[in-house]
Amino acid sequence: MSYRRRASPLHSARAGAGCAYCLALALAALVLSNPVALAAIAIAVFGAGIGAGVGRELRRAALFALPLALTIMLVNALVSRNGLTVIIRLGDLPLLGHTDVTLEATVYGAILGLRAMAMIMCGALYTAAVDPDQVLRLFRRVSFRSALSASLATRMVPVLIRDSKRLADAQRCRPGRPPSRLALMRAASSGVLDRALDVAAALEVRGYGCARPPQRWRTPYSRHDLHFAASAIAVIALVVTIRIGGLAPFAAYPSLHSPAGAGVLAVSAALVLCALAPFADRRGIAR
Amino acid sequence: MNVIELDSVSYTYPGGGAPALRDVTLEIPHGQLVVVAGASGSGKSTLLRAAGGLVPHFHGGTFAGRVTVVGLDTREHGPGELSRAVGTLFQDPETQVVMGTVRAELAFPLENRGEPQAVVARAVEEVSLALRISHLLDRSTDELSGGELQRVALGAALAGGPQLVVLDEPTSQLDPVAGDELIGLLRRLNEDFDTAIVLCEHRLERCLSAADRVIALDHGRVVRDAPPDEFLEWAARMAPALQTPGARLLSTVGVQPVPGVKRARAALRERGLLPGPGHPEPEPEPAAAPTPGWATLRASLGRVQPKPGRRARTPPAALELQGVWHELRSGPVILREVSLRLEPGERVALMGRNGAGKSTLLRHAAGLSTPTRGQVLSAGRVALLLQNPNDYLVHELVAQEAPAHALERVGLDPAAFAQRHPRELSGGERQRLALAIVLGDGTAGAATVCLDEPTRGMDRDCKDDLAALLSGLDAAVLVATHDPEFVAAFADRVVLLADGRPIADGPARDVLTGGSYFATETARILGGWGGALTPAEGAAALEHVRAAAEEAIV
Repeated sequence: MSYRRRASPLHSARAGAGCAYCLALALAALVLSNPVALAAIAIAVFGAGIGAGVGRELRRAALFALPLALTIMLVNALVSRNGLTVIIRLGDLPLLGHTDVTLEATVYGAILGLRAMAMIMCGALYTAAVDPDQVLRLFRRVSFRSALSASLATRMVPVLIRDSKRLADAQRCRPGRPPSRLALMRAASSGVLDRALDVAAALEVRGYGCARPPQRWRTPYSRHDLHFAASAIAVIALVVTIRIGGLAPFAAYPSLHSPAGAGVLAVSAALVLCALAPFADRRGIAR
Repeated sequence: MNVIELDSVSYTYPGGGAPALRDVTLEIPHGQLVVVAGASGSGKSTLLRAAGGLVPHFHGGTFAGRVTVVGLDTREHGPGELSRAVGTLFQDPETQVVMGTVRAELAFPLENRGEPQAVVARAVEEVSLALRISHLLDRSTDELSGGELQRVALGAALAGGPQLVVLDEPTSQLDPVAGDELIGLLRRLNEDFDTAIVLCEHRLERCLSAADRVIALDHGRVVRDAPPDEFLEWAARMAPALQTPGARLLSTVGVQPVPGVKRARAALRERGLLPGPGHPEPEPEPAAAPTPGWATLRASLGRVQPKPGRRARTPPAALELQGVWHELRSGPVILREVSLRLEPGERVALMGRNGAGKSTLLRHAAGLSTPTRGQVLSAGRVALLLQNPNDYLVHELVAQEAPAHALERVGLDPAAFAQRHPRELSGGERQRLALAIVLGDGTAGAATVCLDEPTRGMDRDCKDDLAALLSGLDAAVLVATHDPEFVAAFADRVVLLADGRPIADGPARDVLTGGSYFATETARILGGWGGALTPAEGAAALEHVRAAAEEAIV
């Protein structure tokens, strides 16, 4: 998955606003535990992906995250000793000792998994919809080399994927027994090092070796910059209000307490609305 | 004033035995377009890297002498400082484009200098207009074709307004159209902005007519430094491998060699050797034993009608593509109902622009891709040599990569090569080793051998060796290439692809003489007259003209 400029409000927003937006959604997923609110955030992130034209990329990220989420749920159910409602008695297990699987630990594990999925999708949204070059420009005043490394890593991922596909194709063209995995690993590693050397040479001749602190760039704020910045602020404000006001309470232990009344539904709907509102304005999104 | 001066420069790479540059002394003034010629390993790339400061700062090694670029001694100023004056373009555009979007890539060198936003924005705008890439500015660099990437990399090299631009085989990955466009562009930049340009190329016929001067290197030494005319005259006597096909044609018929098709025509016309319109073409020599090619077969089938009630028997094909389509999911159509039949032993060249579908067709032939419609039939295994031979080399020793008799078959002496590391071999040797790998041990002999752009970055000697090697194979051979001179040397049939479908299919003599981009230099000089493709064929045809003229006088 990599950034590709598309005609969408999120792609049209400056990197700072895009970063803040993705960060606000990730923060909401990190802070809130109520399953309804968490599901609302997941819906908001997926909706944002569709609005930005990267729904397919997000779906792929979700499918990638699903086994991780299930693993988290399973591990929590097996290792947590909390909860009152035993659903399975597994008896004595090697390493784990006496194991009773409780409903509370299973549900809490599922919530942790959902949270991980939501955060991975936020990361996928950032990767697919926020221009890494603009991010580099944003952070280069703070730490140019780190920002460039991050930007290069993003750029090199598809190049290295193409290299590995080529290597795999070449091996398919070999008659007879295929080479050992070790030999292939060695060839792939040396290929990556060759690439790194070429990129380093290219950076040198583009003046990277004596890069100076860049001057501040001033560009007028577009409507999409303002919308996504406002959305990020609104999501964070809403999350803070929910936490302080206890509007979406949740407790897993000792027994499940997760109200899904009108209040929870209202704040969840507000979260989705705040997150998706910037996508309503589609003026000036094409380049 | 000189933009670059080399004073007794010698250089040896770290761990490398022989020096890559030996006592090189030369000066290049502002506004000159210089072509650096030489065989593989002659030191061309090292010379360019010395001009950009990568030698010795980036590569290390042993350096002697002095390189001065716009008054800066490269021993004291590294590539970063020199980048203000020198723009560099390497061979592979994939690894020299470092940013995610074209706009950011063009801005990167200027941002490194800490230039104000207005200066950067203006430079990006101007360079994109000059290179005609303004429509790509907001495109992701991942999406660009090889030709587009090369232009973007050139744009990044030019964005800072350098006084010197050095380019290492910039056209090696481009089709003839894009290659000619790039050379034309360089000439325009050179003329409009007085930028000195130093260009390494193997295919001299492509760039010599645009050059002011040629520097020939051999084993790290400058062996000739002269204007193109004098260089060609010298090459005819001293370095035939560096002659362009046109120069070989002219020198064979006793005319002073000159660069470029236009000047070559003028030189022939002056001697009364250029056949004009209506000039009778020489009688084609009877072929000794024509290969039963598809075109021949089709022609003969057209003439001889099978008897009613009996089906004409067609010999089994080595490879046959029947109505093959390749349609990408949510993407374009790459191949459109391609039908192609290769007879056993037939040598076929596949030509066309970048993105025409040549590589995809070869992948289908070898079974690496499955047609979305249609089918591929083969009389046996299809061996495919992909573009980069390094992808095949995964072992520590040549002997582990391919058995001894396979090495022998491709002209690599097992006694000399078996115990060497594959990555130590030269480009041409690696190509042969990769071919030995795909040909296999002979027990599963290939019915068809496919090669994808095998002559990329090869000098003429290597190409001649490869053409001879392919001609000696028993299997049918299908080669995707941009190099018409190589095609003329080995192929008896050419298929021209455009937009995923064959638009011309016939004997090399017909296809390569019928146009300008996909034609040999000899065919372009003679305007396709006599069907001559190679300098030898052209010279024979011109002798016919000379003889006819003399006969008329008598």
